[in-house]
Amino acid sequence: MAAPVSVQVEFGGGAELLFDGVKKHQVTLPGQEEPWDIRNLLIWIKKNLLKERPELFIQGDSVRPGILVLINDADWELQGELDYQLQDQDSILFISTLHGG
Amino acid sequence: MCQVGEDYGGPGPAELQPKLPWRGDCFKAYYVHKFRAMLGKNRLVFPGEKVLLAWSGGPSSSSMIWQVQEGLSRESAKRLRFVPGIIYIDEGAVCGQSPEERAKTVVEMKLILQTIAFPYHIVSLEEVFNLPTSVLQPVSQGPRGFENTYKEAVDGFIQQQQQQQQRAPEEGGGEAVLSDEQIQEKLRQLSTQDPVGQEEVAGDSLPRPAQTTALMTLFSSVKTLTAREELLQTLRAHLILHVARVQGYTKVMLGDSCTRLAIKLMTNLALGRGAFLAWDTGFSDDRHGDVVMLRPMRDYTLKEIAFYNRMFGVPSVFTPAIDTKAPEKASIHRLMESFILRLQAQFPSTISTVYRTSEKLVKAPRNGDAAGAATARCLLCMCALDIDSTDSATAFGAQTLERLAQKLSPAPVLPTGAPGRPCCTKGTRLQPGCCRDTRPSSEREEPRASFIEQLCYSCRVNMKDVPFLEPFPPYILMESQCRSQRAWEKQEVQEFLFEESEEEALHPLGFSPQF
Repeated sequence: MAAPVSVQVEFGGGAELLFDGVKKHQVTLPGQEEPWDIRNLLIWIKKNLLKERPELFIQGDSVRPGILVLINDADWELQGELDYQLQDQDSILFISTLHGG
Repeated sequence: MCQVGEDYGGPGPAELQPKLPWRGDCFKAYYVHKFRAMLGKNRLVFPGEKVLLAWSGGPSSSSMIWQVQEGLSRESAKRLRFVPGIIYIDEGAVCGQSPEERAKTVVEMKLILQTIAFPYHIVSLEEVFNLPTSVLQPVSQGPRGFENTYKEAVDGFIQQQQQQQQRAPEEGGGEAVLSDEQIQEKLRQLSTQDPVGQEEVAGDSLPRPAQTTALMTLFSSVKTLTAREELLQTLRAHLILHVARVQGYTKVMLGDSCTRLAIKLMTNLALGRGAFLAWDTGFSDDRHGDVVMLRPMRDYTLKEIAFYNRMFGVPSVFTPAIDTKAPEKASIHRLMESFILRLQAQFPSTISTVYRTSEKLVKAPRNGDAAGAATARCLLCMCALDIDSTDSATAFGAQTLERLAQKLSPAPVLPTGAPGRPCCTKGTRLQPGCCRDTRPSSEREEPRASFIEQLCYSCRVNMKDVPFLEPFPPYILMESQCRSQRAWEKQEVQEFLFEESEEEALHPLGFSPQF
């Protein structure tokens, strides 16, 4: 049984367009059976935060290629990507690199 | 060198290439070095030269401007030596933004531009309706021995700097190459001014609504997103070129990153621009002659740029583009982008492989060109026309034949003026449609046909999605008319010219008799 986790989810580089233009979201994830990892977080985001065009953000069970994920300002690839277990007060940043030049 | 677990005291680690985590300070040194190495290796930017930085507000071009700013502020020996300016093009009209949204974006841009303190030019895309036809005419550049000239210029510059330091500060006017101090002074002066060039920017006001409507009419008349994106790129390039020419900039720096260029290379292949890949994706693009476009960011992946910007607080502004939120199959550009990025996710060497391949592309010299007669250029993209319309085996030849087949029976056209009487007097300029006009009626009637004739293969393919010529900006239509007039006149006098080839001597009428 995982305790509720409070994290800050941030969107940048144009990804915020899919979230009503809101860049920072302070979210409290409810307690649940499985521990909270990025995979579950994405499902939660899709259900609760994503306002439109899910295919522009999520592909399969991961993010769309071109979207950078930083966990506490560090690349998620160094921390297990989808399997990283969320800790309280973590900061997850999704940056779309595909916009602009 | 930098292993995970070692503490260099910088911001958090990042995995930018497979299995190669970087720490903050090392990353910064590497990032800055790449920029300077790119400029130094290519030796195209001369000391004291005016360079226009094209800024879209996005991360890559913002990072580029940041690098230039850092480079100019270093200690004297290693300082970058050119004089920068910034151009921002407001494309809000074609990206579905309302005037209020556009004004708000411009305000945000200005806030950032003012902190950078380079002279800047904010131009709206509607300005294409005021462009002169000279934009479409390449200026031939005299032959230059690059290596020697560059070295001489740099040596001369350094020498001059040393002399400046020895002499009294009041002296030293009138030299061709600007000294370091003069560059700094010029920057200080220019940065306090508002954008110069009254013909481009009318202070803070937005463009005239009539022009905005005209621009939106043009873009909404284009049937596919692919053609729209290509048209936007063409107009944008023309506008940047014009501003550079008017303001005296001889180089333009574009913020295309490695990722973008890999996508662009594949997209351009799909669009039929294979012959021009070296110009479209190489470091330097000299198709315009006097103004050279450079791509100093071509060694950086989007990921590196995003990380650097995040770590070091590089400001950028997000603005919606023409393909924002477009579905994956909306255009060839989008399709190729998702293809390459998805492939990259599974095969991390994809983009660097495409990039390395593009580095090997060399601009092929045209046969027998030299400094003599200029080869014909495409009206829109200004690359050398790559067509051989008589060869039906090529895709191009097949296209031409198809077009001709559609015009089997054109409607007959009466010449102007009453029958039996000439509509013009001797000595007046020959006009299309005149009684003396001996061209086939299909060409006479259709400016579109002659317009298409003046384009390269890929621009022709794009034009298939553009049903009407009228919404085009005047400078394009006028130049097209001018070229077809010239071609027609040339054809008319062809038979009276003495040609050097034997063939012409045998067939003075200019065509081979049918046996």
